[in-house]
Formats: sequence, C-alpha cells, structure tokens
Amino acid sequence: MNPEYRLSRIKSIISWVIAWFLAIFALFVALLPFFFMVLNSFKDKFEMLTKGVFEFPDKFYVENYTEVLTGNFWHYFLNSVIVLGVSLVLLLAISAFASYPLSRFNFRLGKPIYAIIVACMSIPVHVTLIPIFKMTQNMGIYDSIWALIGPNVALGIPISVFILTSFMKEIPREIEESAEIDGCGKIGMFFRIIMPMAKPGLSTLAIYNGVNMWNEFIFAYSLTQSSANRTLPLAIWEYQGQYTMNTPMIMAVLVLTALPMIILFIFASDRLVKGMTAGAVKG
Amino acid sequence: MKKKSEALALQRNKETNRVAFLFLIPVAVLLILYIFYPIIDAFRISTLKWNGISPNTTFIGLDNWIKLIHDPHFWSAFKNNIIVMILSICVQIPLGLAMATFVEYAGKKSKLFKIVWFIPMLMSSVAIGFLFQYALATNGGIISSVSSLFGGGNIDLLGNPDTALFTVIGVIAWQFTPFYMVYCVAAYTNISTDLYEAAQLDGVNKRTYFAHIALPLLAPSLKSAAILSMVGSLKYFDLIYVMTGGGPGTSTELMSTYMYKMSFAKFNMGYGSTIASGMFLVITIISLLTMRLLNGKGEEK
Repeated sequence: MNPEYRLSRIKSIISWVIAWFLAIFALFVALLPFFFMVLNSFKDKFEMLTKGVFEFPDKFYVENYTEVLTGNFWHYFLNSVIVLGVSLVLLLAISAFASYPLSRFNFRLGKPIYAIIVACMSIPVHVTLIPIFKMTQNMGIYDSIWALIGPNVALGIPISVFILTSFMKEIPREIEESAEIDGCGKIGMFFRIIMPMAKPGLSTLAIYNGVNMWNEFIFAYSLTQSSANRTLPLAIWEYQGQYTMNTPMIMAVLVLTALPMIILFIFASDRLVKGMTAGAVKG
Repeated sequence: MKKKSEALALQRNKETNRVAFLFLIPVAVLLILYIFYPIIDAFRISTLKWNGISPNTTFIGLDNWIKLIHDPHFWSAFKNNIIVMILSICVQIPLGLAMATFVEYAGKKSKLFKIVWFIPMLMSSVAIGFLFQYALATNGGIISSVSSLFGGGNIDLLGNPDTALFTVIGVIAWQFTPFYMVYCVAAYTNISTDLYEAAQLDGVNKRTYFAHIALPLLAPSLKSAAILSMVGSLKYFDLIYVMTGGGPGTSTELMSTYMYKMSFAKFNMGYGSTIASGMFLVITIISLLTMRLLNGKGEEK
C-alpha cells in the first residue's frame, strides 16, 4: 500500500509540474504579441530598427500617440460610436420584439418562424455582400456610415433572437397570469413585465453584439469608400498607407483601437467575458 | 356557458395572433431586406456578366457555374478552408479544454491564468491581422528575434507558401483558443460539485475522474463547440484578408477571400456572386450533414 501510494504521489507531483510549466508557457504565448505591440508603440521610428524588438526604449516616446490622437483618430472613433449606438439600440429593440411572441405565445407559426430565424446563424455574410452593395447604392446611402446600420442589425438578429427567446422562456408564467387578471394586455405585458425581467439577457447581448459591431470589417470595407466615412477597424488601413515603414506608429494605432476593450476588460472582465461568449454559452 | 368560454378563447387567440404579427414585423422586414432577398439576388447575379458599376448586365445562364466547377483556384481555396476547419477543431478545442481543466483543477491560484489567457480575444481580427503581419515579419518580428537569439537566421513564415497556411492557422488558434477555454470552463461549472465530491470519497483520482466522469459529461458541449468552430472556419475572412490577402500565391486563399478579390478588386461581380453562392451551398450542405451525423450518433447512445 505504502509504496504504491508514494508512487502515485510522485506521479501526481510530476504531472502538476508539467501542467504548471505548460500553463506558464501558454501565458507567454498569449502575452508576447501584446507585449510586442505595446512596447514598440513607445519607440521612435528608427529606434525599433536599431534595437531588438524586445528591448525597452531609451525613453518612452509618446509622440506616436499624440500624433495619432491629434489627427483623424477621433473622427473614425466617432463614426464607430455612432454606428455602434444606433445599430445596437435597433437590434436590441427588434430582437426583443420578436422574442416576445416566440417565447411566450402559443401560435401556429411560432415554431417555423423561430426555426427560420435561428437557421440564419450559419449563413455566410459573403453571399449577401454583393446584393447589399448593390442595394445600398440604389438606396443612395453608399459610402456613408448609415449604410452599415442595416447589415449590422440584420447580422445580429439570429443569435440575439435565439438567446433572448430562451431567456424569456424562463420567466415564470405566474407573473404573467397575475398581470393578466389585473387587466394587462399582451402589449402592456411586454413593456411592463417582460422587458424589465429580460434586462440581464439584454445586457449580455449588448456586450456580445457591441463587440462584434465595434470590430465589424467586411461591410464597412465594402460599403464605404472615402476616408471621412471609415470606422475604426478600417482606420488602421488608412494609417498604414500614411505611415509606411513606421511600425511604432502602427503599433500605437493598434493599441488605441484595442483600448476600449482593454478598459472594459479591466473594469468589468466577468461581464465582458460572459457577454463575448454568449453565443456559445447563452444567457 | 361552454360557448361563452369558447368565444372568449377565440377572441384571445385573435389577440395573440395580432400581437404576434405586430411584434414580428420589424424582424421580418430586416431579415427579408438584408438576408433573404440578398441570397436570392446573389443567385440571380451569378447568371450575369456584370462589373458591379455599369448598369449594363449580360445574361449568360449557367456559364459562371460551369466555370466555378472547373476553377482550380476555387477548389484549392475550398481545400484550404477544410484544412483550416479540421486543424482549428483539432487544435483550439483540445487546448481550450486543457486550459479549462487546468483552471478547474488548480483552483483559485489559477484565476490570473484565466484572465491573461483571455487577452487575445480583446483584439479585433483586423487588428490581430495587422499585429501579426509585423510580429511575424522577417525583420524585427517576434519569431525572427527569438530565432536569432539561438543563433538562427531570420524566418519568413508568412512569405513561404509551404508554411503560410499553417502560420495563419496558428494565429487563428492564438485568437480563438481563449474562447473555447471560457466555453469549457462554463461547461465544467454545469457538472454538479456533488459528483466530484462523491468521486473523491470513492477514492477516484483526478485522472480517472476526468476520463470517466467529466469527459463524457462534457461531450455534448464539446460537440456544439466543434460545430461552432466548423461553421466559423468555413466563413473565415477578416484576419486572413488583412494578414496575407490569400497569398503568397494562392497558399492561404479561402473561398471568402477569393470571392472578395474577384468581386471588389477585379470587379467581376457576376463570377464573384457565383463563388459566394457556391460557398453558401457548400457551407449549408456541410452544416446539415454534420448536424445530422452528430445528432444521429447522440440518439444511438
């Protein structure tokens, strides 16, 4: 018994050592590119070429940041904020509207409609790209930030309806019944009872969709053209053209574009993580 | 009495239907406008010769589709998509599971690991694409610097057609593994702690617990993770477009990047639409088949 126990102890210690070693290695792998980005963003254009990439700069060169921040950065930032704000409000309202009858009513078309909406989740956006490009031109909103709102909202609908429907299903029936006895109609029920109770689900969805919209690339890239109507993800492009061969400057731009997410992560990491993985874990 | 209640129920039903209709209008409008109509239109445009700008289009029937079937460029892109898909599933999910298991077993001390491991998810695909373009550069990149530390020369991972695709897959894994870690951590918390305690009381060691108790319970979650990863990798675009643009040559070309370049760089929107529609068909067929396969297996158990 005793030697056997000792053997298993040793085995367990060895596997823990290996596990910790691998875990720390994974830590480095996750952090190294980030470290590379932040460190080099504080270097002068030539300093990065003369020094090794992982050497600290002689002095922290913040001019990269001041130059970016005094340039067009805020313009792109504002564009992104407007697109995000309008799309998100529309998306949450529309998804909540749809999820209410799909989760609380018993009507014949409910199930097939729900199935169709959820099936849209696996549709690749690329198939809609050219027709939407054409449609946007016909609508006269091509090359404006307003062109991005429709695709942003429509793309978020399937998963949002999926999550909100399952969330609203869990609200107990009794609350609804007692409200009904008090003479509350179906529409009043939605605004007075279901919406307030669905708030946690809505906030999770706001994070999930907000992150996606903030990073949205392909529609922004194909539906806008002029620099004035670019959103933040595309701004990097503009800067890359402007500062060719100035790697530290690009790194500064990258840090700044990632900053809102980093701040959110520092102050509300649990909610952010939960929101970002909502598509998989739901609710 | 009976009639009255029936009439009341009927009236209620009417109200239900009316409200349901009202509440579903906005979703219907958006989905029709931005998803259903575009899909139909994409198939229609696939029968045209059109440069995307001029109002002149020529109907050419199935010519584009015949071209697609014989297009080696499309099939090599499809092959790349499949490679990305298989390797993504085989790398990201086991790694994510391993990380989650570590966090689960190591307890509170490992909270820092969980937080730091999540960091790659904080950047957009576009930003990651740019970052790694520089981080993997021959001159002044991370890998090259590390290699010269050990006396090796510069390594050009993205410029070499033999390594480019695998490098890209590595970067994708860097980005998305944290997602599967969080996913698996959530799956772990769904296993009741009683089960773990009971197993401990019975003297089951951690390895046996993992293999015989936890893993079978995690299997359904892992299955849906695999589906998620699969659909995701078939649609993959942003990062590759930014980082390699499909090159060098066609070594990292995916269906989506090929479609995009054909439509918006070469302005052959008719054929671009054909590629997009082909992609839609391929993804739909693969998703349906896998779901059928996985669900079928589940039922047998």
